[in-house]
Amino acid sequence: MQISHSRETESQGIGRNLDSMRILVIEDDRDAASWLIKGLTESGHVTDHAANGEDGLAMAQENLHDILIVDRMLPKMDGLSIIRALRAKGITTPVLILSALSDVDERVKGLRAGGDDYLAKPYAFSELLARVEGLGRRNSQEPQETKLKAVDLEIDLLTRAVTRAGQTIPLQPREFKLLEYLMRNAGHIVTRTMLLENVWDYHFDPQTNVIDVHVSRLRSKIDKGFDEPLLQTVRGAGYMIRAV
Amino acid sequence: MQFNPKILKTSTFRLAAIYLLVFALSVGSILAYVFWNTAGLLERQTDATIRAEVQALADQYRLLGLRGIVQTVQRRSAERGGGVYLIADANGNRVAGNLETVPPQVIDETGWIDFPLDIQIGTNKQRRSARAFHTDLKDDYELIVGRDVQELRQFGDIIRRTLYWALGIALVLGLGGGLLTSRNFLRRVDAITDASRAIMGGNLSSRMPVLGTGDELDKLARSLNEMLDQIERLMTGMKEVSSNVAHDLKTPLTRLRARVESALRSNSKTEYRAALDKTIEESDRLLQTFNALLSIARAESGQSREMLQTIDAREIVEGVAELYEPIAEEDGGTLDVKVVAGLNVLADRQLLSQALSNLVDNALKYGVTEENPKPHIQIEGKLEEGNVIILVADRGAGIAAEDRARVLDRFVRLDSSRSKPGNGLGLSLVAGVMKLHGGALLLEENNPGLRAKLVLPLHESES
Repeated sequence: MQISHSRETESQGIGRNLDSMRILVIEDDRDAASWLIKGLTESGHVTDHAANGEDGLAMAQENLHDILIVDRMLPKMDGLSIIRALRAKGITTPVLILSALSDVDERVKGLRAGGDDYLAKPYAFSELLARVEGLGRRNSQEPQETKLKAVDLEIDLLTRAVTRAGQTIPLQPREFKLLEYLMRNAGHIVTRTMLLENVWDYHFDPQTNVIDVHVSRLRSKIDKGFDEPLLQTVRGAGYMIRAV
Repeated sequence: MQFNPKILKTSTFRLAAIYLLVFALSVGSILAYVFWNTAGLLERQTDATIRAEVQALADQYRLLGLRGIVQTVQRRSAERGGGVYLIADANGNRVAGNLETVPPQVIDETGWIDFPLDIQIGTNKQRRSARAFHTDLKDDYELIVGRDVQELRQFGDIIRRTLYWALGIALVLGLGGGLLTSRNFLRRVDAITDASRAIMGGNLSSRMPVLGTGDELDKLARSLNEMLDQIERLMTGMKEVSSNVAHDLKTPLTRLRARVESALRSNSKTEYRAALDKTIEESDRLLQTFNALLSIARAESGQSREMLQTIDAREIVEGVAELYEPIAEEDGGTLDVKVVAGLNVLADRQLLSQALSNLVDNALKYGVTEENPKPHIQIEGKLEEGNVIILVADRGAGIAAEDRARVLDRFVRLDSSRSKPGNGLGLSLVAGVMKLHGGALLLEENNPGLRAKLVLPLHESES
């Protein structure tokens, strides 16, 4: 799986270099942790590892990391307690919770405790990487942005106008939402699950690849008649709007 | 009959004891009334007769003097009517009458006396009871008029004894009855306790004893038995599910293993790659199956009922329809939505959306036939008899009436659908989600096609 190009196409507009995020992995399963660390390192990130909850909390409190990946069930201190302790101390490092508990209400519990995203085990590494990098961007993005731009495609979040090379493109509300999410993550892969969760707010598997059909509809609207396709399919991973 | 001190603590016994007390009091007052009206009445009548006679003699004495009453007293003393008479002078010597001396019980001027009376019957001297009224006449004469009340007293004693016995027997019977009832009740409660112990011990087929009397204990035992039947059904169902799961997972795992093994033997890099790709695909499908099973189990156990919120089913219907509409169009078909507002239900948005999306997904997959290859799906949301109804109708081959119950079971796939992707869990999940929401999934004929009907209770909002 070729994921590394997501770094190469990193947008310049964002004021920090995502090439090398420092990620703390709090995970007690040695195999799972080493697999995760290997993948993250290969993607160009720097990782630290804690094998139990107490060590994890101590390391996270140093506030040196860009992202925390926290397993829910850990020896000595469980994942949700770590997050609560950190949030109580005012440490706002984005947290991705990993858990074998996949139910919707478990997910709600995780987010309520202060987690920023929730990924059920087992997961594809591409899914994890896309989410981790998404969290890293969210942390550095300016929230008051009203216009998003990718190459010659521009969307105005206030007027909801979409233009490409000065040409207005009419979109349905859901299509706009889909495009907005892709644009916010321009230059980065977003997975089908991320789209389903963030654009539709559905946290279940719709079995048929409904997302593909929606994306291809959107593509026919924003890419048709233009030389350069912007909305790309990344095989085995998801979709990406080209930033440059 | 061994006495069991436990009986004293039972509520039945306490009830029996209170009952017994009330019973004893009422029996006691009835018996007192009987006594008053029999033996008591006779005594009162005797007293009245004596008083009347005393009055008459006193009047006679005033009119005729001593001689007048002496004659009367002598005449009456000679009669054998049980009368007792005495006129005595100031020294206590008899002037007339059948009583020899003034009885020692006489102390004051006038009043009632009860005294023993010795009578000569033949050669036998007999002691009997007498009751008399004595009064002082003028000139210090004393008049005593009385009756032999021996029979009366005996009659009173008999009545009194009879009544005591009656009271005693009533109490004994009441107490015995109370104890027996409690013991009987206790024995049945013990039987129920024993049965539940046996069930807890693992013998799930054991049942509470039902006597067929139709009383409260029988009703209790019956509903406990119904509960046990339900539990046993669930347990059996669970066992079936586990073996179905094992069977249905074995097939893909075998396939997966075989593929990896043959790739390993091939020693070719392309084959390795292909096998690994297929392995990921296969394991993703397995994970999907697991997740679906977990969702069903969760919905069926009803443990997330507290997560339910008031939502308008219209939003759910429109959301899912919007998600699937492009797919229907892609296949050259249509997806029509007709939904009214105000379909408030108490629901979990995710689960209900998932259930509906399963139905729409099924309609897209199976709602087509060879002659009719384009899916035409109608989704309808409406109110019907106080229920929220969501219909998903297709124009496919439908499901035969005899298969409609079966397809709700886990892993059941009809032969006609085996060629299409799926795990046989979709409708089970819908049924489970409906159960969690207190609703139902009904499969109906759409002529042609299948009409899946979700029935949910309308939730009246408090505002």
